[in-house]
Amino acid sequence: MTSIGLAHYLAVAAILFTIGVFGIFVNRKNVIVILMSIELILLAVNINLVAFSAYLHEVTGQIFAMIVLTVAAAEAAVGLAILVTFFRNRGDIAVDDASVMKG
Amino acid sequence: MNPQLIVTTVVFAPLLGAFVAGLFGRRIGDVASMSVTTGLLFLACALAWITFFNTVNGGWRFTYEIARFIDVGAFKSAWSVRIDSMSAVMLIVVTTVSALVHLYSWGYMADDDSKPRFFAYLSLFTFAMLALVTAADFMQLFFGWEGVGLASYLLIGFWFKKPAPPAAAIKAFVVNRVGDFGFALGIMTTFWVFGTIKFAEIFPQVAAHAHQGWEFAGHQFYAVDLACALLFVGAMGKSAQFFLHTWLPDAMEGPTPVSALIHAATMVTAGVYMVCLLSPMFEYAPVAKTIVTVIGAVTALFAATVGLAQNDIKRVIAYSTCSQLGYMFFAAGVGAYQASMFHLFTHAFFKGLLFLSAGSVINAMHHEQDMRAMGGLWKKIPVTYAVMLIGTIAITGVGIPYLDWGFAGFYSKDAIIDAADSAFNHGSGVGGFAFIIGILAAGLTSFYSWRLIFMTFHGTPKWAHADGHGHEAHANTVAHDDHASAAQIESHDEPLDDHDAHHGPLDPHESPPVMLIPLLVLALGAIAAGFTFAPEFIGSDRNNFWGSAIFDRGPSMLADPDSLPALVVWAPLIVTLIGFAAAWWVYIAKEGMGARIAARKGPIWSFLYNKWYFDELYDATFVRLTKWLGDLFWKGGDQKIIDGLGPDGVSEVSYAVGRRTGLFQSGYVYHYAFVMLVGVVALLSYALIQFSKGAH
Repeated sequence: MTSIGLAHYLAVAAILFTIGVFGIFVNRKNVIVILMSIELILLAVNINLVAFSAYLHEVTGQIFAMIVLTVAAAEAAVGLAILVTFFRNRGDIAVDDASVMKG
Repeated sequence: MNPQLIVTTVVFAPLLGAFVAGLFGRRIGDVASMSVTTGLLFLACALAWITFFNTVNGGWRFTYEIARFIDVGAFKSAWSVRIDSMSAVMLIVVTTVSALVHLYSWGYMADDDSKPRFFAYLSLFTFAMLALVTAADFMQLFFGWEGVGLASYLLIGFWFKKPAPPAAAIKAFVVNRVGDFGFALGIMTTFWVFGTIKFAEIFPQVAAHAHQGWEFAGHQFYAVDLACALLFVGAMGKSAQFFLHTWLPDAMEGPTPVSALIHAATMVTAGVYMVCLLSPMFEYAPVAKTIVTVIGAVTALFAATVGLAQNDIKRVIAYSTCSQLGYMFFAAGVGAYQASMFHLFTHAFFKGLLFLSAGSVINAMHHEQDMRAMGGLWKKIPVTYAVMLIGTIAITGVGIPYLDWGFAGFYSKDAIIDAADSAFNHGSGVGGFAFIIGILAAGLTSFYSWRLIFMTFHGTPKWAHADGHGHEAHANTVAHDDHASAAQIESHDEPLDDHDAHHGPLDPHESPPVMLIPLLVLALGAIAAGFTFAPEFIGSDRNNFWGSAIFDRGPSMLADPDSLPALVVWAPLIVTLIGFAAAWWVYIAKEGMGARIAARKGPIWSFLYNKWYFDELYDATFVRLTKWLGDLFWKGGDQKIIDGLGPDGVSEVSYAVGRRTGLFQSGYVYHYAFVMLVGVVALLSYALIQFSKGAH
């Protein structure tokens, strides 16, 4: 049994990141899924930051992770608020219908 | 009071009146603005007569410079008042007629709702005309020239709510532009030849420059001839001479006092005045003088023939004015400037009288102007009839040769006809042409003037059985009026506010005293202006009277009747009597004959009735050409080229570019995110590659 090292953390983060990115692209239904995918991407970044912080014995990465969490929370709040308004205006939150900017 | 102050007051009092009535008319009310303008005009009139007597007796001959106007290099111009016999004569003509017209307008315009505006325009006109006649250089002459043109435009279009008056006003303005173009070129030529525009500096040099000119195509052209001919084009426009006369009859859309003041007595004579004023130049311009004579003579005959067939009482008098101006011009053209000025002077009285009487008739007929709807009016409006009779006798020039007794027109018109004959005897071919036309036109003048009297005042009253409403009857009489051209829309009724108010039978009524007093004063002038002033203007005292104001080169064309054949001297009176007899025959003895001739619409009648088809001719040529050119520049030049390449083209291009680039935008969030991701990957890859290169 090998112990869980840096490479494992990075692998998990990479997987999470990929899931998040695909969540944005593949999903054609729901705006909430997009928001959740963004959260996943941010989490992947956080894992990277914390993993490197532990590996290098350097606390800066953990502080960065805290800041990213804060920003993520704020982003989620704003995103959900927009979503509510969006729903009130249009009656649904399907992504494929939201193409007002189409040229 | 010193002379300078008096003459300055004469010129500027009307401007003050125009200023007060024009700017504060609404605040101070109708009566106050009418009183101010009329009062100041009578003051100016009194001072003008003082000036006149001091000029002819006391020798007031000076130029008072008020202020500098333009001072650029050699081109110097000043606001000034030039007093000599010429300007003194014009001062009394302008201020007297203007003061009487102001007074007359109290009655005539009583029902109008913008009296202050009317009186302000009248006073403004008077100021511009006085500035014109007292000019000491071409610049101020041009200022006055344009000023009277402006006032004329404003007054012709005074009733701007009707369609015809503004159209007539624009026509007058545009036709005058043609003349003014020639006038401006004439001024430039004069400046170019003499290096100055001051009359006092030009006149002494004319003889020295008389032979300056060019040889072109084997013919010698003289600069003075060119300058005078161009200046005469300006005179043709202002004085409604042949080719540029079309605006004058249409100008009758203005209120009748305006017609009397501007389009009979004063403004239209400005061209004659200018030619006489510039006699030192014209005397050295034989070709220009020939042109003046021919145009004047042709106008005299043309307008007289057209006057025979018109039915609108004001239009008949308008053509009569045109014809009399032709007389003045050919008199000046043959060199009898004194006779020309004298006819201008007497004409102002009797033509002003005729117009104001016509206004009184129109007023009596409740703004009916068609003579076919009148007749038998003499019993109803005896005073108007009497003064109009005096005016008619004066214009036809009734008087007894050798006895030297007659009405005003007799002295001046016979002097002109005699001068033309005298010029013929001195070897001037055009003088003979002018003489024959002068005799012919005198006969025609008599015919149309008496026709007017007979149709209006005698015969069966046509208005009496116009039951109910005068205007319905009027509509029937003009129904067979086949005037086609839009420029000729004749409004026979003047649009005062309450002119439709009368229902019930038309009852012609005499005008109020405020209108009759000016008529009586002018009637006095029409009787007495001839024998009172003939010795000074054209008789034995003439050289003393005119002084240096009129320059006569060579033998004077003013002939003593005793030196001419008796037939020449008697001819004007004979043709006048023939004209009278013919008019009496057609309109009284065989009443209805005139109407039958008109109803037959023969070629000669149609030709005269449609004014020799001048309006149609100009419509077909100049108007259509101008419209075509305007369309070309508007639709081709402006809309296609300027707009097409400019604002419209630029907006078109940016719209198209936006349209095409807009197609890139899908509007889906994940497309944008994907592009972002691709961008990030690309940038990161690039950075990593560069980084790894640097590491080695």
